[in-house]
Formats: sequence, C-alpha cells, structure tokens
Amino acid sequence: MQTLRSRAAIEVLLAGFWYLTLSAFALVLALPLVWLLSTSLKTGSQTFLMPPKWIPEPIVWSNYSEAFKAVAFHEYFWNTARIVIFATTGTLLTASLAAYAFARLRFPLREPLFLLVLSTIMLPSIVTLIPTFIVFRTLGWIDTFLPLIVPLWFGGGAFNIFLFRQFFMTIPLELDEAARIDGASNLRIYWGVILPLSKPVLATIAVFAFIHNWNDFFEPLIYLQSPENWTMAIGLRGFRGLYSTEWNLMMAASTAMIAPLLVLFFFAQRYFVSGIQMSGLAGR
Amino acid sequence: MASLRKNSRRLLWTEARDGYLFILPWILGFIIFTAGPMLASLYISFTRWEMVTPSVWVGPAQYVKLFNDDRFWLSLYNTSYYVFIGVPLHLFMALLAALAVNLNLRGIRFFRTAYYVPSLTPVVANSILWVWIFHPNWGLANAFLQWIGLEGLYWLQDPRLAKPALIVMSFWSIGGQMVILLAGLKGIPVELYEAASIDGANWWGRFWRITLPLLTPALFFNLIIAIIGAFQVFTQAYIMTEGGPNYSTLFYLLYLFRAAFENFRMGYASAMAWVLFIIVLLFTILQFALSDRWVFYEGDLRR
Repeated sequence: MQTLRSRAAIEVLLAGFWYLTLSAFALVLALPLVWLLSTSLKTGSQTFLMPPKWIPEPIVWSNYSEAFKAVAFHEYFWNTARIVIFATTGTLLTASLAAYAFARLRFPLREPLFLLVLSTIMLPSIVTLIPTFIVFRTLGWIDTFLPLIVPLWFGGGAFNIFLFRQFFMTIPLELDEAARIDGASNLRIYWGVILPLSKPVLATIAVFAFIHNWNDFFEPLIYLQSPENWTMAIGLRGFRGLYSTEWNLMMAASTAMIAPLLVLFFFAQRYFVSGIQMSGLAGR
Repeated sequence: MASLRKNSRRLLWTEARDGYLFILPWILGFIIFTAGPMLASLYISFTRWEMVTPSVWVGPAQYVKLFNDDRFWLSLYNTSYYVFIGVPLHLFMALLAALAVNLNLRGIRFFRTAYYVPSLTPVVANSILWVWIFHPNWGLANAFLQWIGLEGLYWLQDPRLAKPALIVMSFWSIGGQMVILLAGLKGIPVELYEAASIDGANWWGRFWRITLPLLTPALFFNLIIAIIGAFQVFTQAYIMTEGGPNYSTLFYLLYLFRAAFENFRMGYASAMAWVLFIIVLLFTILQFALSDRWVFYEGDLRR
C-alpha cells in the first residue's frame, strides 16, 4: 500500500516535471513569433526601447496598411498564386503518372530507372543551375514565370514521385485487375481507379508544393527581375531594402508572409502529418 | 492455348509501352533539366565565359585557378563550419524534441504543434526576423542576455560570432526534423518495449537498446538530406549578413551566386558547382558506406 502511494506520487511529480520542461521549451520557441507580432504593432519609437516592451502601447494596426501601401504586396501575392497553381498542377499530374507506372506497371529497366529517380533526390541542384539558366535565357524566358513552372511539368520532382509511389503501393492490385478485365486501359485505370482513391496524397503533395513555391527564394531571385513579376519572397527582400530601419513595418510585412502558411497549416494539419509520415518512410 | 499466350504477350507489350509513356515526362525532364545541364556545366567549367563575350576553352587551368583562390577556400571553410557543427547539433536537438513530444502525456499534441510551427516560417521572413532579434541595441537576444546579467553581443557584426549566430537561428526550426523522427518513434513496435520491461530493462536500457537502434534509419535519412541542404546554405547569408562581416559568412553558394550572377563568370561558377557536387557526392557515398556500422534496418532481424 505504502509503495503504491509513493509510486503514484513519483508519477505525479514526474509528469509535473515534464510539463514544466515542455512548457519552458515551448515558450522559448514561441518568443520570436511573439516578438515579431509585438514589433509589428508598435510605433517606430517604441521599437527602440531596451529592455523591450512586449505589449505595444498604443497598438498601431496601421503598420500593416502602411506596409501594404509602400510595396505592391497584392501583386506579389497574385504572382505567387499563379506560379503555385500552374506549378502544382504540373507536379500532381506528371509525378503521379510516373509513380503509377513505377508502382503498377511492369516494363524493362523499371528498377534501375526508379533508383535513378531516387538518386536525383540527393543531387545538389546547384550543379544544373547555370546551364539551365542559360537555356531559359536563350529561350527568352528570363523575367517570366515559365522557368518556375515548366520544369515541374516534367516529372514534378523526384521526391513527389517517391511519395505518390509509396501511396499507390498501398492500394490493392485487385482493383486494377478488375478494371482491366472490364477492358479498361492503363490510362483509364490511373485516372478512374487510382487517382480518385489517392485524394489524401494529392492533397498532401499540393500542400507541400504550395509551401515550397511560397517560400522559394533562390530561383525567383535568379529568374524574376522586374518588380511587377516578383513573388512574395522577393518582394519581402525588396521591402527590406527600402525600409531597413523601420522594424515595425518590416515585421508587419514579414507577418503578412507568414500568416497564410499558419492558416493553411491549421486547416490542413492532417495532410501535413501524413506527408511527413510518408517522407519518414524514406528512412526505411 | 497459343492465342492465349499471344494475347498475354500483347498485354505485356502494352504494359511496357504504357509504362514508358507514363514516365516519359520524367525521362524528358531528367534529360533536359538534370543530365543535360550537368554535362553542359562540366563543359562550361573548362571555359572562360562572361556571357557577353564568346567562350574560350581554358581547360583544367580553370580548376587550378579555383584552387588558388583564397576566397574559394574561405567559402568552403565557412560552409563546412555550418555543415559539420550546425547539422549534428540541429539533429541532436530535433531528437531531444522528438523524444519529448513522444511522451505519453495528456495534451502532448499542443506541444507537438508548438514545436513544429516555427519551422513553417519562410526563410526570407525568418532571416528578416532574426536580423531584428540579433540587433545589437534593440534586439531580443541581447535583451535576454542583459536580463540574466550579461553583456550584449554583436551577433551578426562580429566575425567570430556570425556563423554561430546563424546556427543558433537554425535551432528555431528543428520542427521539421522533429516530426520525421517522431514518425520513426511511432513506428517502433510496442511489443519490443513490453518484452524489454519484462526482462527488467530500465528506461536508459530501453532507449539505448531499442529506441535508438530502431530510429537510426530515420536519423540517417535526416542526416543525408540535412547535410546536402546545409552545403547549399544561401538565403540567410544573402539577406542577413551579405557574406560579412569580413567574409565570415561568405558561404559557398553565396560566392558561387556572386561569380555567376553579379560578375557573370559562368565558367568559374560552373567549376565551383562541380567541385561542390563532387564534395557532396563523396560525403553521401561515405555516409552510405559507414551506414552499415550504425544504421539498423528491421529487415536485418528477419535475416
């Protein structure tokens, strides 16, 4: 009896210890975001206080409208959205098509070719950058969205092929066979049987493609030159160039770039989780 | 019978044809955007080419010039520092976080979300935020140091501190790796722990004999991807420090970017790209070779 009670006490203490540790760590990780938000609502002079004030007094909501007036963020948003839509469509179509072949169809050299797909995941993209840039320049595609979209219509990224294949392997083969007996072609099976069953993985890859395009900095930096073609990421960098000491405005602009991702995360949380679990499978 | 065999042969042929048709976009993409450019950049790396003038073949002399360039070695040193100090620390922190959010506690989901969310911030927004956090006069980092009674530091303005500061900043986004490791932890069969408990293994024994070995595939995957990514670190240095102070954050990719897109030395930049490619390739091969010694695959049990 005695030992049971002391054991329960130890467990309560232990749980308390863990909650304390976890909360302390969570607080440390939350501080930069709180700092971002707090700064974005301050007056200019309040940003220059040491020790800093955490709660802005007064709260300056107009920092946001001012930041949006200063730079054409709505245009950058629209540009980013267009790139995301066209790039993601290409990714979803061509990656799933290739993955279907790798998962379900028998053809010569299938295994070595799939190994080649996997090995390109580990290829540092820098080694192809300069010739690709020169090709796009020769085609007159510099300062258009094409360099950011067209490559994704050619396979949609090795990692996405891998993720799609991983998912397709879990769909029972009997479904294909039943459809085949009914005379369906492979294309019909892919479009009519496999894809409708693959909504979770389609959503996952779409979400990650959105994030990638939203966050990507290096490629837009190289390919997009005139401000009317900038994406959010490049626009934010440009904003920093103009307002390098107005930290409240800069934090408002940064918040505007982060917020849509957080909203997406909270609405599509389960696709994040499944995507990460699937990519975790790559370690097996 | 004969017609059936003929039929099935035709089916196999259709299947093979469709297989190739379906992967055709990828094959074309591989040729146009991967294999072709790789060979082209190898060729360009042996030429002197400033885009406006026609290219001139210089041969291996390009690489001799590169290896005699102090700034090339400096950028390689800075990048190696970031890779070999930053990546292991980052992975270790992510492992600790994954173990913590794998605890069987009420409300643990909240902590998972809280630890993951910072890794969602886009690198540009992240960089701008951290310039402000590291601000010597009004930043959060020095506010904290002064709060615990220490002197503030010139984080990004001190050549000795700039790289460590960028590594500290990277700890903020351990969430991505944490979640992959968490998925690995969730994949470990509970029966193993139960059996070990019956055998009288304590927490440390269970961690050391079960958790860690079965997590090595996920750790290995993260390590490979993180090292390849860290070798190509760019945006933080481009936005936060512009390679300074005193070139202490001139990372490899930043130097390459300047050679290619600010000075238009395409040949030189291509040579740099190939050197980085060889380095990353060697490291990846080395890691796969060493992985036999420490990565444990469940399939090994059955053999």
